[in-house]
Amino acid sequence: MHIPDGFIDGPTSLAAGVVAVGGVAVALRKAADDDLESRAAMTGLVAAFVFAVQMLNFPVAGGTSGHLMGGLFAAVLVGPWLGSLAITVVLVVQCLLFADGGISALGLNIVNMAFVPTFVAYGIFLLARKAAPATRVGLLSATAAAALASVVLAALAFVAEFALGGTTTVSLSTLSAAMIGVHVLIGIGEAVITTLTVGAVLATRPDLVYGAGQLELNEIPVLT
Amino acid sequence: MRQARRCRSSTRRWRSPAWWPSCWRSCSPPEAVWAFGIHAALVGLAAGLVRIPARVLARRMLVETPFVLFAVALPFIGMGPRTEVLGLSLSEQGLWAAWAIIAKATLGVAASVLLAWSVPTAEILVGLERLRCPRVLVAIAGFMIRYLDVVAGELHRLQIARISRGDDPRRLWQARATAATAGAMFVRAFERGERVQQAMAARGFTGSFPCTAPRDPGTGVVRAVVSPASLIAVAAVAVAVTANLVVP
Repeated sequence: MHIPDGFIDGPTSLAAGVVAVGGVAVALRKAADDDLESRAAMTGLVAAFVFAVQMLNFPVAGGTSGHLMGGLFAAVLVGPWLGSLAITVVLVVQCLLFADGGISALGLNIVNMAFVPTFVAYGIFLLARKAAPATRVGLLSATAAAALASVVLAALAFVAEFALGGTTTVSLSTLSAAMIGVHVLIGIGEAVITTLTVGAVLATRPDLVYGAGQLELNEIPVLT
Repeated sequence: MRQARRCRSSTRRWRSPAWWPSCWRSCSPPEAVWAFGIHAALVGLAAGLVRIPARVLARRMLVETPFVLFAVALPFIGMGPRTEVLGLSLSEQGLWAAWAIIAKATLGVAASVLLAWSVPTAEILVGLERLRCPRVLVAIAGFMIRYLDVVAGELHRLQIARISRGDDPRRLWQARATAATAGAMFVRAFERGERVQQAMAARGFTGSFPCTAPRDPGTGVVRAVVSPASLIAVAAVAVAVTANLVVP
């Protein structure tokens, strides 16, 4: 869910905007080492994929369905720098072309949905991958843990922003309890979907999984 | 016909991305109800000028629904002194907060819908470039928008193929085939990106994007009405009045 205009006050939105600009600048510089300009087309296609996959509904239970949010997914597949840029572009386009998320809240949305999953949760992914055995199962377990964390951390980031610049007087403990409770459930869904999808890519083109890193490709069974 | 064309060109001028900071409205204090009235009148004027059908506007504004629901709950769960409305005991602060969220979010969403409706996507990208957005980021956005229909169409076909093979998942743990669809889609999108890249290199792409922004931003009377300056002015006066800096 994208924060609309006026939900969080001006100064907090502005501060988040500054953080967003700084983060994008860092990601651009890091990605430039990988020759970003000539990979712009590929990054744009990854952004289009993230946008499209958010329209793909996965079943949850009892007739309800959810969709992949894809922040951690993008980071695991194309790395945190290109991943964060792709998600940022998705959020900007959703804001400007689909009125999804306010223009003044763009910084908040970028911090919550682009940076938290691709930087913070990707860090958790790297730690978990180090702790887990260097196999396909280890990689997928790390993906699952980080995907769950990405959703819960994004919810916590929202609660922190609400605490700083919320326009109302709801008690923070009530709000954070409700947000964490709901987002642990959403996070479990995100973890299952992300893991299954990364597994599917791993089965066909394991070389495309950036997060697989030094994982020996011959350890991965090739499905035919 | 000619008149229609003239109207189009005059609206095109104020379609400048310069009025994007319409989000300034989010800085008007909620107690200044009249300020929101002026903001709403300006947005309404803009809606009339770009001739957006009311039904399209309403449908596209549905994205704010979850936050409206949250706002509606606020007077009931808010703290502080309570007041009686239609026999219900409601939080005063909660009522103000709900009003602020609904008013600001609605105006913001309406302005964004009008922007997307009235400005061709290519011009939005040019506007981003003029706002000093890094050129490579604008290029990524351009590729994304150009290939969105291709990717979404491909995903749709994959979905139809999967469902026509009898896949009908009801529970999360039955989502493997749907995930395989998403995974296959990622591989296809990535490989398409690589092909586009190679095609660009084959046609002499040197690794830097040309500047596409025109030099003359253009001017117009209508543009001034809905420009950020007028919105900022309303917000500033509203802040001043509520802070008792100016006696109304």
